Amino acid sequence: MSWAETLRAGLEAIRAHRLRSVLTMLGIVIGISSVILTVGLGQGAQDQVRKQIDALGSNLLIVSPGSTTSSTGMRGGFGSASTLTLQDAAAIGDSDVVPDAAAVAPTTTSSVSLVAGETNWTTSLVGTTTSWVDVRARELSSGRFFTAAEVEQAARVVVLGPDTVAELFSGPTSPVGQTVTIDGTPLTVIGVLSSSGASGSGQTEDDQAVVPLGTAKQLTGSASSSVSTIYVEASAADTLSAAYQEVNALLLNLHGVEAAEADFTIATQDSLVETANATNETLTVLLAGIAAISLLVGGIGVMNIMLVSVTERIREIGLRKALGATPTVIRRQFLVEASLLGLAGGVIGVLIGIAGAQVLPGLIGQPVSISLVATLGAIGTALALGIGFGVYPASRAARLTPIDALRSE
Amino acid sequence: MSAGGAARTTPVVEVEDVRKTYRSGTIEFEALRGIDMRINQGEYVAVIGPSGSGKSTLMNILGCLDVPTEGRYLLGGEDVSRMSEAELAHARNRRIGFVFQQFNLLPSLPAWRNVELPLVYAGVARADRRARAVRALERVGLGDRVNNRPGELSGGQQQRVAVARALVGEPDIILADEPTGNLDSASTTAVLELLDELHASGRTIVLITHEHDVAERAGRSLVIRDGLLADELVAS
Repeated sequence: MSWAETLRAGLEAIRAHRLRSVLTMLGIVIGISSVILTVGLGQGAQDQVRKQIDALGSNLLIVSPGSTTSSTGMRGGFGSASTLTLQDAAAIGDSDVVPDAAAVAPTTTSSVSLVAGETNWTTSLVGTTTSWVDVRARELSSGRFFTAAEVEQAARVVVLGPDTVAELFSGPTSPVGQTVTIDGTPLTVIGVLSSSGASGSGQTEDDQAVVPLGTAKQLTGSASSSVSTIYVEASAADTLSAAYQEVNALLLNLHGVEAAEADFTIATQDSLVETANATNETLTVLLAGIAAISLLVGGIGVMNIMLVSVTERIREIGLRKALGATPTVIRRQFLVEASLLGLAGGVIGVLIGIAGAQVLPGLIGQPVSISLVATLGAIGTALALGIGFGVYPASRAARLTPIDALRSE
Repeated sequence: MSAGGAARTTPVVEVEDVRKTYRSGTIEFEALRGIDMRINQGEYVAVIGPSGSGKSTLMNILGCLDVPTEGRYLLGGEDVSRMSEAELAHARNRRIGFVFQQFNLLPSLPAWRNVELPLVYAGVARADRRARAVRALERVGLGDRVNNRPGELSGGQQQRVAVARALVGEPDIILADEPTGNLDSASTTAVLELLDELHASGRTIVLITHEHDVAERAGRSLVIRDGLLADELVAS
């Protein structure tokens, strides 16, 4: 009996017992669709994180105050004040001290209320220098970024994020040249940022007002020279780690502390991705474990129903053997049937998983990305489950002696 | 047994001192205690005996469903008494056409699909199988029931489908095990007449029964009692 015949016979047997076949597949369908969704959720979260972190810029070091190196959590500098200052930023900018840094952008961040005409919008106020736009790899959709002279003079100019513009200005007229006020201080809009392309939920990359550092200090009434973040762009991807070492050594020296007591943290994009993924992975592994258990249960379900099927069809098996089916043919027939059930369960499970991936992001606000590898892997797993758990029932069927099988009622 | 024609003298079945012992723990039971028999090509032989006589055991061995503990069984000149399970399956497929008391048709398949089953395991191509199955059904008078499922047929018709299935592979012998045991008298007559016809057209038929009036149709009756060949009756 050829494989094609065996396959046809298997399909016929499955079609002849539709309800039973569907019930058999159910466990695998649920298992596979949950595997697809959990892997997709994990992948989606990682992709999102990667995209957001990539959008920060390239070859970037992010220096932030406080230490996260100790396992007990953050170590602040003095009280709640930032330990990073403009002097730190200026020192990093010195090409003799940190030769591998291409640009430095000290940044302060605070929350302010912008008013344009009758409209009022709360957003984050970013005070920085001219290099910010390069370091953060941002572009302007209209107008211009502020100049070094404007930074020097703490000029009353502002560059707005696209979402901020959308909130403050209605109508087609360009906001460039118009005036917004912060706490009664008028600022001229000189430019609008392009979308960063990575604004996920809760991200403010596209909703911010960027002003010269000095302007930000005046607006928030802060006299100190502390900054909240210093962005450092390395000159190239392969000098990133050299730049890291140089900045680290410089800041330890300036702050007069040992490495173990560092009051700042330098993160690279890779380290940020890793940290984010570590959390995601724990969750993914946990969920995938649950999905794997449900797959196992599904496989045992296939075995159960196949055993029932062997018992139910004991006369048929006897007859087929009497008419010339060898044990091999019978074994193959049941194995093919079990693998078809596994395969069909896998395909249906994948389809449900993909459908779920379309619906789920709308419900839980999490992206789900389905990869081809995961899909093929899932179908392969389902097929393997069908074969694996079909072996025992199939060999039971093959071992039946035709006399006993024919005689059974 | 000096019948006319060379074909008639070729032995299809040669059984030499066949014994079958069943063991269950320490208890041994000798179902067959040394049977010798020959069945020639084209013969119609009945094996009769009461239940418990060893008749079913003999039928299993003749049908290659089981192997003897001792002795030799040549089927169509081939020794099948020491064959493996897979070899026995091939021997059954090529040499034996079964007709069972319970018909043993697969209820989900139409008549012709039931009839083609032996050809499936013989590796015959699909198109051929259908043609041959339809011819076999026509041969048993069911040419108009080719696509009916067993549930749509009467008992007598179902048994005729089973006979068609036994015929289709052109086996050396047709082995009918109580073929009329589940039939009313009208269907019994029809099926027995069909076997007569097949015999007349040159088929070798072995009929296993406990009913003497059924056995009377055969040319020769072998009576089994207590695992031994007790008597041999040749029709006049």
